Amino acid sequence: MTSATSSSAETGHGVAVVFEDMHRWYGTVHALQGLSIDIAPGELIALLGPSGCGKTTALRALGGLDVVDQGRILVDGKDMTHVPTNKRNMGIVFQAYSLFPNMTSRDNVAYGLRLRGVDTKARNAKAQEMLELVGLKEQASKYPHQMSGGQQQRVALARALAIEPKVLLLDEPLSALDAKVRRSLREEIRRIQIMLGITTLFVTHDQEEALAMGDRVGVMNAGRLEQIAPPAELYDKPKTRFVAEFVGLTNRIPGKASDGTVDVAGTRVPLLPGATDRGAVQALVRPENVHLTAADDGNGRVLAVSFLGSLCRAQVVLPDETIVVAQMAASDSTQLIPGAAVRVSVVPAPVFAVAE
Amino acid sequence: MSAGPLGQIGAAEPHGGALLSRPPKGAGKGRQAPRSQRIARYAVLILVLGWLVLPLFAMLEFSTRGDIDPVTKAATRSLQSYAAILTSPGLLDSIIVSLQIAALTVFGMLLLLVPTMVWTVVRVPRMRRVIEFLCLLPLAIPAIVIVVGVGPIYQFMGQHLGAVGASPLTLTFIDIILVLPYSYRAIDSSLRGIDTATLADAARSLGAGWPRTIFQVIVPNIRGGILSASVLAIALVLGEFTISSLLSFNTVQVVIYLLGKRDPFVSVAVSLLALVFAFALLFAISRFAPGAERRGQRATEEPA
Repeated sequence: MTSATSSSAETGHGVAVVFEDMHRWYGTVHALQGLSIDIAPGELIALLGPSGCGKTTALRALGGLDVVDQGRILVDGKDMTHVPTNKRNMGIVFQAYSLFPNMTSRDNVAYGLRLRGVDTKARNAKAQEMLELVGLKEQASKYPHQMSGGQQQRVALARALAIEPKVLLLDEPLSALDAKVRRSLREEIRRIQIMLGITTLFVTHDQEEALAMGDRVGVMNAGRLEQIAPPAELYDKPKTRFVAEFVGLTNRIPGKASDGTVDVAGTRVPLLPGATDRGAVQALVRPENVHLTAADDGNGRVLAVSFLGSLCRAQVVLPDETIVVAQMAASDSTQLIPGAAVRVSVVPAPVFAVAE
Repeated sequence: MSAGPLGQIGAAEPHGGALLSRPPKGAGKGRQAPRSQRIARYAVLILVLGWLVLPLFAMLEFSTRGDIDPVTKAATRSLQSYAAILTSPGLLDSIIVSLQIAALTVFGMLLLLVPTMVWTVVRVPRMRRVIEFLCLLPLAIPAIVIVVGVGPIYQFMGQHLGAVGASPLTLTFIDIILVLPYSYRAIDSSLRGIDTATLADAARSLGAGWPRTIFQVIVPNIRGGILSASVLAIALVLGEFTISSLLSFNTVQVVIYLLGKRDPFVSVAVSLLALVFAFALLFAISRFAPGAERRGQRATEEPA
């Protein structure tokens, strides 16, 4: 498997990371089933998947917080599979607030340097620099309990970066924060990651976060990597049914497949590789690829309309009782009112299809 | 917090604009307990205080009785019982021995419990129940059973280990077991108050080995529990009588008991001082235990 290059990967000074056929069992549960990923230097890989899919196990294995039963982990070409956590030099930001409550922000950030024998003056200067990087220069003397959740996670990021780690591991660091802070912090993390060019593994169950931050996004399911690709490719060209259904919103519209295409609502649409290409199928169509036109003799009837700011989403029922969701610019939805007749058509973008 | 009810609500709910509106009439009064409830509370408080304080007063009164005034025939007040503590044969030595046992017990208990409990929480959480069961077991075993069980061991130590084996300081081994249930509870509640596993993971990822993780990161954050466990252990050791007596070691409680037969005034004076010492320790914990103040405050504003 080769890695996609990205702007950060090209400019960064990070190291390459390789997961090689990793397996992990918890009793009878096979949490990692032959996971293999190549991460390019400076690349940010987002691992996305539902709870229990193995994404955190993979991250913890890389950080040395969990063992692998089979397979190898290579960092910068060196086998790190059995190296203890405290010898790996990896910065980890955890989902739970993990700042040491008995230390100030500065002491938290400087702790890793203290362990490395850096003298007080130098480590305090470095801590101050890191706090400045995450925009918390003024909070250096505060204790964790005196800071908000977002500030604590920023300090945790500064602490992880202060030791100049080979790899940065982010284990759902934003999930405990509210939506607004989450968005601003994820942009900040990405900015810092690109600036430092540090190889990063980011684990999340939030699609938006994964797609917004990752150079590539790996979708995991039941211990397996379903697909790893740049966000746009993952969204537009899913390789498996799971990815097609898990990433983004999807309509399941009945159609007939033949000769590499499928007939959906009167439009012949090309099928993606791996899709069921014969007989009655359900085409997985993105809401933005469903087109609605007001027409008295249309093949659909509007059930409900949701205003989402610049966008609008409409639910339409087809003659066979299939309910389809269409998404359009809010300015294009003025004629859509519940009960209105509409013509439903599908943009001929390639779709995934599954047997009905 | 000195703010009134309105200020408190506002501070607790930074985003809850509606909560800042004027509270309904009588809302403040509604919080006050009805008169009958308040009377009942005070009655219970007075009863409890009476239960605790009256015996102390009685002990103070008894231990400060002086000679009968030959003129007025009234009892005079004197501190001679307290002064006699220093001159009573064996008493001072027994106090020193008991304090030494208490110190060794605290040291041994912490050395045994803290790393074990931290390791259990972080590495083998499924063993937590087993450790808890083992630590609580001494509660269910009568002292006489323990003495019968360990008697031969002490006999062996006395015969073969010379002065060391016959020293009352060997009671430390039994006392560590006796204090386990109380000390375990105190430390366990502190460990539950922090995310021990995550803090340990964070420390290790930054380069700390296990000793540093435990002593630089975990221990400072469970100081309150460690302090409570230590004080409980001291109180228990200073109050332990049965096992010391049955194994014929002269600890302070045994000597007080013997003294009581000879000079009850000095015996009660020592008992009162021991109680005051224990109360002072407990008060110090509740007043100065670290973390109590910190837990009360948390930043609520969330800058974007």
